Amino acid sequence: MTEETKPFEPVIIGFTCNWCSYRAADMAGISRMKYAPNVRLIRLMCSGRLDPTFVFKAFASGADAVLISGCHPGDCHYAVQNYKALRRFLLMKRVLAPMGVEVGRLKLVWASAAEGAIFAKEVNQFVEEVRKLGPLNWNKEVGGAVAEPIKEEVAA
Amino acid sequence: MSVNGSKPKFAMYWAASCGGCEIAVLNTNEKILDVDANFEVAFWPVAMDAKYKDVEAMEDGEITLCLFNGGMRNDENEHIARLLRRKSKILVAFGSCACEGCIPGLANFSSIEEIVDTAFTTLTTDNPNNIRPQTSYAAPEGEIHIPTLNPVLKTLDQVVDVDYYMPGCPPESPQIAAVIDLVIKVLKGEAQLPPKGSTIGAGDSTVCDECPRKRNVKLIKEFKRIQDIAPADPELCLLEQGIPCNGPATRSGCVARCPQAGAQCIGCYGPAEGVVDYGARLIAAFASVIDSDKPEEIDQILDGLVDPAGQFYRFNLAGSLLHASKAAQMSGNR
Repeated sequence: MTEETKPFEPVIIGFTCNWCSYRAADMAGISRMKYAPNVRLIRLMCSGRLDPTFVFKAFASGADAVLISGCHPGDCHYAVQNYKALRRFLLMKRVLAPMGVEVGRLKLVWASAAEGAIFAKEVNQFVEEVRKLGPLNWNKEVGGAVAEPIKEEVAA
Repeated sequence: MSVNGSKPKFAMYWAASCGGCEIAVLNTNEKILDVDANFEVAFWPVAMDAKYKDVEAMEDGEITLCLFNGGMRNDENEHIARLLRRKSKILVAFGSCACEGCIPGLANFSSIEEIVDTAFTTLTTDNPNNIRPQTSYAAPEGEIHIPTLNPVLKTLDQVVDVDYYMPGCPPESPQIAAVIDLVIKVLKGEAQLPPKGSTIGAGDSTVCDECPRKRNVKLIKEFKRIQDIAPADPELCLLEQGIPCNGPATRSGCVARCPQAGAQCIGCYGPAEGVVDYGARLIAAFASVIDSDKPEEIDQILDGLVDPAGQFYRFNLAGSLLHASKAAQMSGNR
């Protein structure tokens, strides 16, 4: 297929928490559920570990969308950290919008370890939503010289 | 100004900046005499008459110390940045504009078209024929040129290699004096330069660390603009009072001047040591202290932040991970 006839396949970075949403993804896998392969999962210990830097780095590095997932409210392994993720998510959307990143490119999903089906469904739905939005095409070389804005590793 | 050619050469240049950095250098008071005693001021357009061709005529590396302030707004800025990089042994990104874009970098939220329209058609501009600046013009005397705007503003280190970073809008004068002292000591062989790439003339912690205000557990139910409230409690942490203070992510070095004077930190010293993206760090900090677990209520509290993107990237947009808005990026592709 040529470039033009290929359907747009969004690249989505997904952050999961160790205790619920990663296990939901695992459950979807061991239950042999089929769902869109567009999300690249990164496991964090907790959604509260999600530094907004990770999200901005994902967008700046070429991701079309970012999925944040964690335990249901009240179920966090670390008591209240998923609420921090919720607040960061809501605030990040307010910062991304004026940057021209559609708020639909950032999604928050709560999924318990038993909810593999829900996780798979949410991923499928998100991929379709992002497909409609089209590629983000964040310009990494604005003006020809912004080659190295990322000097340190985020994981430092 | 010394005419003694044997002294090491000093240069200071401004690109897209306001001139405040120059004022800050002059605010070092008598320390400026040490600059004159130890350096020959070879190039400093604000302070003395010198031409670009004088710099072009110099040997590579002939300038010992160059303090470069301002961002890269147009091709002239970039040309001089490359020229001074070549001619200077030590190139310092001096002040917030050169380090991270600063206020001129806020233009990266808008397209070039919006910027030019704002400058040439708004109410305060008398421009009945809707004239726009042209980068070249055939005058009777011959073709003349003015610099071309870049689609987005870049920081100095996005164009050339930078040896040291000196943050601040402007850098505090005592910090400048200390750096001048250090360089003079290095010239005399009494001290060593810090490793290349270091941030100089600043602390390695946060403004909060230098701030004398009392801090307790922060639980914010409402964000308020400082002008909308009765005088803030002079003793208590401003963020705890709901005033969006950028101290938690901002590099120390200013002795928390603004919070001490009753105003919130706006972040002019840039990201603290180890902070990759200044705005992201502030988002994490602010979101952590909002006292609500309900999405609707959180949104209501966040409504109190009038311009979150501007609040978090007032000084750092050009130096941030996202660098410029989609609108600004697209303005290069007309």
